[in-house]
Amino acid sequence: MYGNRLRGSTPRVAVVGAGMTKFVRRAQETPKELAWEAAHLALQSCEMTLDDIDAVVIGTAPDAFDGVHMKSEYLSDGCGGWGKPVIRGYVGGGTGVFSAIQGWYHVASGLFDNVLVVCEEKMSSCQPHPQAAFLTIFDHTTERPLKPNLLWIFALEMNAYMNRYGLSKRDIATVSVKNKRNAADHPAALLGDPDITVDDVLNSPVLAWPVQRLDVSPVTDGAVALVMSTPHEARRVTDKPVWVEGVGWNLDTAYWTNRDLSYPVYVEEAARMAYDMAGIKEPRKEIHIAEPYDPFDYKELHHLEGLMLFDKGEAPRAAADGVTQRDGDLPVCPSGGLLGVGNPIAAAGLMKVAEIFWQLRGEAGARQVPGNPRRGLAQAWGDLMQVGTVIVMGA
Amino acid sequence: MILKHRVAIVGAGWSGFRSISPDLSYKELMYDAAVKAYEDAGIDPRRDVDSFVTVGEDYHEGISIMDEYVPDQLGALHRPVQTIAGEGIHGLAAAAMQILTGQFGVVVVEAHSKASNVLTLPYVDAFAFDPVYNRPLEAHPIFVAGMEMLRYLAETATTHEECAAVAAKNRTNALQNPSAGHPAALSVEDVLTSEPVAEPLTRLECADHSDGAIVFVLASGETARALTDLPIWVRGVGWANDTFRLESRPWGDARYARAAGEMAYRTAGIKSPREEIDFAEVDDTFAYKELQHTEALGLCPAGVAGEWTLAGGTALSGEFPVNASGGALGQGHLLDATGLARVLEVVLQLRGEAGPRQIADVETGLAFGWRGVPTTGGAAVVLGN
Repeated sequence: MYGNRLRGSTPRVAVVGAGMTKFVRRAQETPKELAWEAAHLALQSCEMTLDDIDAVVIGTAPDAFDGVHMKSEYLSDGCGGWGKPVIRGYVGGGTGVFSAIQGWYHVASGLFDNVLVVCEEKMSSCQPHPQAAFLTIFDHTTERPLKPNLLWIFALEMNAYMNRYGLSKRDIATVSVKNKRNAADHPAALLGDPDITVDDVLNSPVLAWPVQRLDVSPVTDGAVALVMSTPHEARRVTDKPVWVEGVGWNLDTAYWTNRDLSYPVYVEEAARMAYDMAGIKEPRKEIHIAEPYDPFDYKELHHLEGLMLFDKGEAPRAAADGVTQRDGDLPVCPSGGLLGVGNPIAAAGLMKVAEIFWQLRGEAGARQVPGNPRRGLAQAWGDLMQVGTVIVMGA
Repeated sequence: MILKHRVAIVGAGWSGFRSISPDLSYKELMYDAAVKAYEDAGIDPRRDVDSFVTVGEDYHEGISIMDEYVPDQLGALHRPVQTIAGEGIHGLAAAAMQILTGQFGVVVVEAHSKASNVLTLPYVDAFAFDPVYNRPLEAHPIFVAGMEMLRYLAETATTHEECAAVAAKNRTNALQNPSAGHPAALSVEDVLTSEPVAEPLTRLECADHSDGAIVFVLASGETARALTDLPIWVRGVGWANDTFRLESRPWGDARYARAAGEMAYRTAGIKSPREEIDFAEVDDTFAYKELQHTEALGLCPAGVAGEWTLAGGTALSGEFPVNASGGALGQGHLLDATGLARVLEVVLQLRGEAGPRQIADVETGLAFGWRGVPTTGGAAVVLGN
């Protein structure tokens, strides 16, 4: 066996700054301008300028949304990449959290001291609706002729999950309510609603049974940026660095039709990798706050199980019991998540990393989780229900 | 930071390169290249590989989120897999960075081209223009290359004949390369008199496309020594972007190549590239690009690459061979895998496995890839024995 992952001691990499644009349904700004705004706010938050930045990591999901081929080339100067090493990593919907992982390995490699990570998505350019762009994610021979869309395949997955464990729609709907209420405290949120109820979700229009309108996150434009640094640079710019303790990512087969959709085993594999790197033996005790990917309400629960924070099939009950509320035992998506803040694909994933950063620094304002959380994780998911990306961070 | 003996290429496999491949899907091309690379490295991907990096662009693939379709044929199920939407050498850089963290022993990088499936490539490439400022011009993307060539000729006093000499040299070199898709015995005159594409650029100065796939196995220093007696060390790596804006870029000067080269030389501890490097494989998507890139990479003084080429200095038998493989002009442009084809030739030359085109006594080689029109992104890697 030559593979020797996790052999060395984990290199120290800090997040030192974060910034995000408002998440909106239709931004007036060009994609480049959105990227610039987020990058500018992240740099400002740690009193850096582009002169301090050694490399830029760009994250953005399908080119089909912005309608720009080689999108990172177009975005590069908006992201602060002029004259610098610029690279774009890509794992579909998992890209947002993966971009922070990529920032981590840029710094951990020893090649760069300060790296700017920028994720941008402008879905509103895709007319009449970005759902059409998703037709092109399917296999051109076996699936595209069926004209599937995402609601359609996630309805299959939600059904598989509910049937396997005998789950109720009412329990699952509490996730949507929690996140949209949490988002009411987020200044950048698109769909915050302090008054929404479970009945609102259950009475919303059916899109593809069992998925209903308020089970789903909205089409969104927005951008998020982070600054990641070596320990030396981190101490120079901040008293409150947040350390990346572990990262993991994992990809399952493209033949999703052959898989058991009721459990995201790739998320578990990614989480194991991140926990191993972070030296976490008992995630339920050692993770204080979680931002799992929640494009649909059931996905938050699905992912919490994949992350091994709840037993299989147990997350919906726990959510209904209030365990995952901001003041619960394990606050989940205190930001408001994709369901509440919005879902500009890659930017939404990085928003979750930024939320953990703000929460661990005690800078989350009205969203601040009580009890001084010391360790959190963010997770994203994507491709054909296929990829998991996980980052564990500690104060 | 100097990369000395930290990361090595321990396996290489490729499929192609051919102008069409109706008998193979892109997945089969990848599988073919991957199996060869794993066999070359003596590894089992399911057991020995810690992470996989693939390279591709959605619009080239005709698939949104193309990374969905990469794991099965690489033996990468339930493993860390990511895609780089960039040049092949960006993917190599990502793999090298993962190893440098100390957390990964063996990382695989893959890139491929199924260009023959793309019936309307110029129309696809036109989607790379700034949607607000440039796309309304409805220009054929190659106009950027024509304008850039004009500017380069004007700024450096390079002649069109010297550019044509690049195409003649590379297509002729490709005759010695069984993997080349577009070999031809061409004269400078043939190239100059072929039809203009975007003045002054002629048809034979533009690389045609090929299909193919390339896979490399990279390993950390210790693991590399355990796997092979002939690791090819990644001595230095660098990449950079200039501005994307057509309106404010320096048209004559490949500044991105200079910056990428400087980073690669810095991480390789190279002070004087012309003395310390024995040969180079440099992006030649268009003939003048080889000259522009050779100069920007500091392999000769500014403005003299054309003269040097015409005099035979960069020929296979010259003092400093450039694109002994035949380059993109001779092998065919492999979309996002083009830079890895440059790397492949450097690996084969350093291993002494380049057959009739083997250059004698080489220890250090440079590969440079460019992302193509209308970008200003490039990546470089210095490899050594």
